[in-house]
Amino acid sequence: MKLSTTYLGLELEHPVVASASPLSQTLDGVRRLEDAGAAAVVIHSLFEEQIRHEAAAQAHLMDAGSESFGEALSYFPDLGGAEIGPQQYLEHVRRCREATSIPIIASLNGSSPEGWTDYARLIEEAGAHALELNLYYLPAEPAECGADVERRYLQTVHLVREAVSIPLAVKVGPWFSSFGHMALQLESAGADGLVLFNRFYQPDFDIEKLEVEPTLELSRSGEIRQGLFWLALLHGRVQGSLAASSGVTSAAEVAKYLLAGAHAVMTASALLRLGPPYLASLRDGLADWMDARGYEDVDQVRGAMSHGRVAEPAAFERANYLRVLDSYQNRWG
Amino acid sequence: MTAEHQLSVTTLDGNEACARIAYRLSEICVIYPITPSSPMGELADQWSNAGRQNIWGDVPSVVEMQSEAGAAGAVHGVLQTGALATTFTASQGLLLMIPNMYKIAGELTPTVFHVAARAVAGQALSIFGDHQDVMATRPTGFAQLASASVQEAQDLALIAHAATLATRVPFLHFFDGFRTSHEMNTLELLPDTVLSAMVPEELVLAHRGRALDPDAPVLRGTAQNPDVYFQAREAANPWYAAVPAAVAGAMERFAGLTGRRYRLFDYTGDPEAERVIVLMGSGAGTAAETVEHLNARGEKVGLLQVRLFRPFDAGAMRAALPPTVRRLAVLDRTKEPGSVAEPLCLDVIAALASPAVNPVDGHPGVSAEVIGGRYGLSSKEFTPAMVRAVFDNLAAEEPKRSFTVGIDDDVSGTSLSVPAGFRLERGETFQAVFHGLGADGTVSANKNTIKIIGSRPGTHAQGYFVYDSKKAGSRTVSHLRFGPDPIRSTCLIEEADFVACHQFDFLHTGDVLGLARRGARVLLNAPGSAEGVWAQLPRSVQREILDKNLDVWAIDAYRVAREAGLGRRINTIMQTCFFQLMGIMPAEEAIAQIKEAIGRSYRRKGPEVVERNFAAVDRAIANLAPVPPDEVTATSDRRPPVPEDAPEFVRRVTGPLLAGRGDALPVSALPADGTWPTGTAAWEKRNIADFVPEWDPEICIQCGQCGAVCPHGVIRAKFFDDAGLADAPSGFPSAPVSARGFPDTRYTLQIYAEDCTGCALCVDACPARNIERPAERAINMRPKPADLEPVRRHLAWFEGLPDVDRGHVDFSNIRGVQYLPPLFEFSGACAGCGETPYLKLLSQLFGDRAVIANATGCSSIYGGNLPTTPWAKNHEGRGPAWSNSLFEDNAEFGLGFRLSADQHRRHAEQLLGELAPRLEPDLVDGLLQAVQDEESEIREQRRRVAALREALARIDDPRAMRLASLARHLVRHSIWLVGGDGWAYDIGYGGLDHVLSLERDVNVLVLDTEVYSNTGGQASKSTPTAAVAKFAAGGKSVAKKDLALQAIAYGHVYVARVALGANPQQTLLAFREAERYPGPSVILAYSHCIAHGINMEHGLRQQKLAVSCGHWPLMRYNPLLAEQGEVPFLLDSPRPTKRFRDYASREMRYRVLEASDPDRAEWLMTRAQEHIDRHWRIYEEMAGRGTEANPYRHLAAGDSFGGKPA
Repeated sequence: MKLSTTYLGLELEHPVVASASPLSQTLDGVRRLEDAGAAAVVIHSLFEEQIRHEAAAQAHLMDAGSESFGEALSYFPDLGGAEIGPQQYLEHVRRCREATSIPIIASLNGSSPEGWTDYARLIEEAGAHALELNLYYLPAEPAECGADVERRYLQTVHLVREAVSIPLAVKVGPWFSSFGHMALQLESAGADGLVLFNRFYQPDFDIEKLEVEPTLELSRSGEIRQGLFWLALLHGRVQGSLAASSGVTSAAEVAKYLLAGAHAVMTASALLRLGPPYLASLRDGLADWMDARGYEDVDQVRGAMSHGRVAEPAAFERANYLRVLDSYQNRWG
Repeated sequence: MTAEHQLSVTTLDGNEACARIAYRLSEICVIYPITPSSPMGELADQWSNAGRQNIWGDVPSVVEMQSEAGAAGAVHGVLQTGALATTFTASQGLLLMIPNMYKIAGELTPTVFHVAARAVAGQALSIFGDHQDVMATRPTGFAQLASASVQEAQDLALIAHAATLATRVPFLHFFDGFRTSHEMNTLELLPDTVLSAMVPEELVLAHRGRALDPDAPVLRGTAQNPDVYFQAREAANPWYAAVPAAVAGAMERFAGLTGRRYRLFDYTGDPEAERVIVLMGSGAGTAAETVEHLNARGEKVGLLQVRLFRPFDAGAMRAALPPTVRRLAVLDRTKEPGSVAEPLCLDVIAALASPAVNPVDGHPGVSAEVIGGRYGLSSKEFTPAMVRAVFDNLAAEEPKRSFTVGIDDDVSGTSLSVPAGFRLERGETFQAVFHGLGADGTVSANKNTIKIIGSRPGTHAQGYFVYDSKKAGSRTVSHLRFGPDPIRSTCLIEEADFVACHQFDFLHTGDVLGLARRGARVLLNAPGSAEGVWAQLPRSVQREILDKNLDVWAIDAYRVAREAGLGRRINTIMQTCFFQLMGIMPAEEAIAQIKEAIGRSYRRKGPEVVERNFAAVDRAIANLAPVPPDEVTATSDRRPPVPEDAPEFVRRVTGPLLAGRGDALPVSALPADGTWPTGTAAWEKRNIADFVPEWDPEICIQCGQCGAVCPHGVIRAKFFDDAGLADAPSGFPSAPVSARGFPDTRYTLQIYAEDCTGCALCVDACPARNIERPAERAINMRPKPADLEPVRRHLAWFEGLPDVDRGHVDFSNIRGVQYLPPLFEFSGACAGCGETPYLKLLSQLFGDRAVIANATGCSSIYGGNLPTTPWAKNHEGRGPAWSNSLFEDNAEFGLGFRLSADQHRRHAEQLLGELAPRLEPDLVDGLLQAVQDEESEIREQRRRVAALREALARIDDPRAMRLASLARHLVRHSIWLVGGDGWAYDIGYGGLDHVLSLERDVNVLVLDTEVYSNTGGQASKSTPTAAVAKFAAGGKSVAKKDLALQAIAYGHVYVARVALGANPQQTLLAFREAERYPGPSVILAYSHCIAHGINMEHGLRQQKLAVSCGHWPLMRYNPLLAEQGEVPFLLDSPRPTKRFRDYASREMRYRVLEASDPDRAEWLMTRAQEHIDRHWRIYEEMAGRGTEANPYRHLAAGDSFGGKPA
């Protein structure tokens, strides 16, 4: 049976990729992911804004109280070359590249045009096989219109495409007026592949303390449907690679994503829950399912249930929505 | 300068100039931090960490010890085993080295100790410069070589290292603390080639050859008997006799290599001078300039600068003096009470009196009258006018002998009168003075300015910085000189061409423009437009501007900084304006240089910081504008330093100190024995906070948490009768008391806005929320009102309300304790200090009967550094009696308090027994049998003592008088030994351990910041694993010492570990249990600190995290429980719910390593967690079997900030 696939032009032994998570933050973690059978690893994102923020915070905190009291003109040793910057991340990429034989995909979240391009170049120099642009932008300002947001995204992809020659994936959220059109635009701007979807921060409230609480919940299997929908719709309509992210809890979700049209299926939550060895279960479960259904090649699976191939393409469209509503009405009356 | 040595010119301070040499000529540096020498050790450590090599290609090791005594011992050991060692120290540190200095010298072991000479603690501690410490080491056998400038600090350091190896006599190389150690000046750097030429390797090999070596064993350190000790002591004479010639020879070789010529005694002045000043150290710079000035006016005067003080070469001294000299004034920067004269003076007299000691061939001989004088103690200014005064004294018919200069001694009449207005011509030297707010970057920008100017070919520059004795809201004054000639002046600027005031408020509180010369240019950071500035100036400032015809410019630098994203960081903006206004170099060049310096300074802090500063620089000039002068229009003037209703001493002494006029106070104004009144900080309304807390009576639940955590004692609660409110000033906030049993009673929370530092810890501690606006609490930070009069009226009325009767206060919870007035208030500690809330709590609970021994450190500085003290008195006049002995002996010092109290109490009880027949039996019984645990019992005993005194007054018996003098000890005194972790874990540990081993009733409070806070963040044995500190720049790898377990090991010591931010109720409980416990008690108190690299506003959260991750387990060990058959170890915090990383990731001390060495950072994080896990298991085991019996177990779960209110 052939499980191997191509994602962003990279040859993968099988479609299951470890996506960005705390597991990939250490070299040891990346090694464990490789040992567990990950076809590729996406490293956690380099956040430009965070670096800038931390540099400013460090400057402020380490200078606090300096040069004001005669006995203590400073409170910290001069650490010579220590700089707050992307060095640590780049070194991590470099080491992962050296220590493993699977593709290492770096991830970047910039905040300024220079940040995107400069860091992308550095990541390429550090040896990443590919770069995933983590387009995580919350249009919190109501004055900003959708077209502006789209333009911002496309400009970023274009700028980075100009700056580097390694394969470029773009990870975005689904909230565009016309996601399909946006996907095509991203591809024309230079993306070699799309990762569907980014999960955005959704704060919660602590009603005892009356405080806003940051939350980060691991994804659940029910979350795959939006990705499934858009993968199925985009399969065959975009030239580049498609990757699925979110909601993989078992080999069933892997199979579904592949059937919808994914070249690669990414998972982090399942690995955080069950540990890196679970990767092998996902891979083997996929193989078992394929075997049971008589598939011999993962290419046969890919897109088998995409928009163009299912018996009733309308199942993906509005008519189906009405039918679903009807069925609810029938059931709950 | 010889061509083969490429010498480079740069601008450094004296410490760095010296340390560069010491480091490159050593294999091992053993050090202990002490001001002002600490930077030398820190630089050596930094270089060692960076792998910088010495001249032999080896990277020197730098080791921090537990004390200077330890450092000297280690140096001795290093030397005995053949390596080259050095150390850096000052003051008390040098005194601690004395025993080993005798040993090192006695064994003819070459080394150099580099000393930033400093005053020693007598009537008071002083961190400033003079020669008292050096003079205390005269008999040790060390040679002593004095540098007078930054250049000399480098050059003579080399000469000392060369000479010690050549002669085998150890050297003490010293320069004046602060004046030279911290002065930046332009100097020629010495390259390694010069160092190698001066220190031939064969001398190093010879030293190594003398090492203790089992291959060629010898015996050293014998004990000798009357038969030979004396002879052996004399046996080394030839080595000492050879030293002057060896030093002179080294100086000559040095001159050949560099062109700079030094002599053992350097004479400058008229070759036929009749009056000559003799001195050593930095004063020589000012003296030489003045001599030149006077010579130019035909006065036959001169200066003899002493460089090699020990061994004193009498012949060389005589040879250096002009034969015409008739009178010598020998100026000593030291004080030797009771001596005929000070040491240098005595040596000069002896040298002149006994030419036979060192006859000089062909020298006509000197016969001069020698007059001794003292100057410059504790960095007291030494100005040209004072030099003039000394020469005038020498010219007098009857000169004053054993005089002082620089002070007004109206007690003993020793002081010379100094001619007012005497100034030297400055030639082309330009002088600028900058008034800045501490930590606003003014000083660091000025250091960059000095480097920029000093780097221009043919330009010399000098910077000297005067710091504050306060840590929050402190002020700095930068004195910058530059010009084409070398800058030798070693006094503060007296007449400035340029004055900058970086804080507009300073114009209202102090004399900012006093130093401006006529026609000087002035730069103000002023709010609003330049046109509006004039109207905001106080009357006397307007008058001074007009009288002196000052050219005033202004910029709203805070606005520019804000717009550039720099917050309140205005330094580069003001620096740009300075260059623009003074035209030192073309504007474009200046801006390019400023930006280059910004890049250098802030590069490591990321591009964001650099870019913001660039933006600020670019905006600066456009926002700079002249202030058009007007007439004197202002109706108000500068505020007086203290109000008119302050006590007489505060008005007469403290007021001038606060106003910066302490130099003018005469000797008679000052207490001769170092005794000062307490309660003085209350008179100093510093007004340093822009934002202060505002109380919302509607929301408040009256829990007392805000007041408990306030580090500065500015939040206080009282309750009062409802009816009283009718007399309150309008708008006085209050609310009905929320507790049961107090009908018709109102509660009020008073904010002392003018004393607040704006740290906002109170807001973070407040558990009450406004349910409609959850961002607001019952206490919120608001801009301080511009009109403070209503605030002052409210405060005055609040202070007029009676204090809550201590007998009615519930001492068992924070809600009750809030009503106890703090007797520690308004300290100068850092805003948001983690230490001071504990001291405030101590003062509230026990202050009216506490005697406090305070180890040197932060707490002794904010506690006892003049001008004011936060230790205060209650309305009965009672309060903590406080004293600081030393850094190293505080436990012993405090034990002494206990010994006195016990002794006197016992004697009082004995006398009471003897006099019982003549006293009321009930009174005697009551006094002797009183239980004094509760406040009410103590108050009852006080009443009995008062009755006893009255009764004794009527008894005619000498024993009655004796008993009256001892009666106060019948009330239980609360003895507290307070200090930081530097004291308790390191330098004072031996003493502390011994005091704990006794069974005396002392209470030890360790304010544990886990680092040497006061001297700037050096590692202590309390520094935790993974934290970065000076001397642990790579992150500390060993675990923090568990002082609690060590104390517990005795079995009879009460031990508690507390963190106010995690569990205030447990803290309160521990303080009360410790105080009540009849034996020794130790409280280890987590104290967040500016040296942790945290947002101080969140200090309490960090305390909570430290506890919840298990780094700081709350516990109490109470030996009384063991006596009752219970498990004495009580673990008061729950099993860790967080990882160490969750806590550490919020502090720069842990995080900074992630950038510089991520692998090590990760390894240390893991290791730290392992240490915590291991420790926790031990703790649980100790507590485990008895947890059911723990009556305070419930404390572990709640009653902390953020939980439900008490």
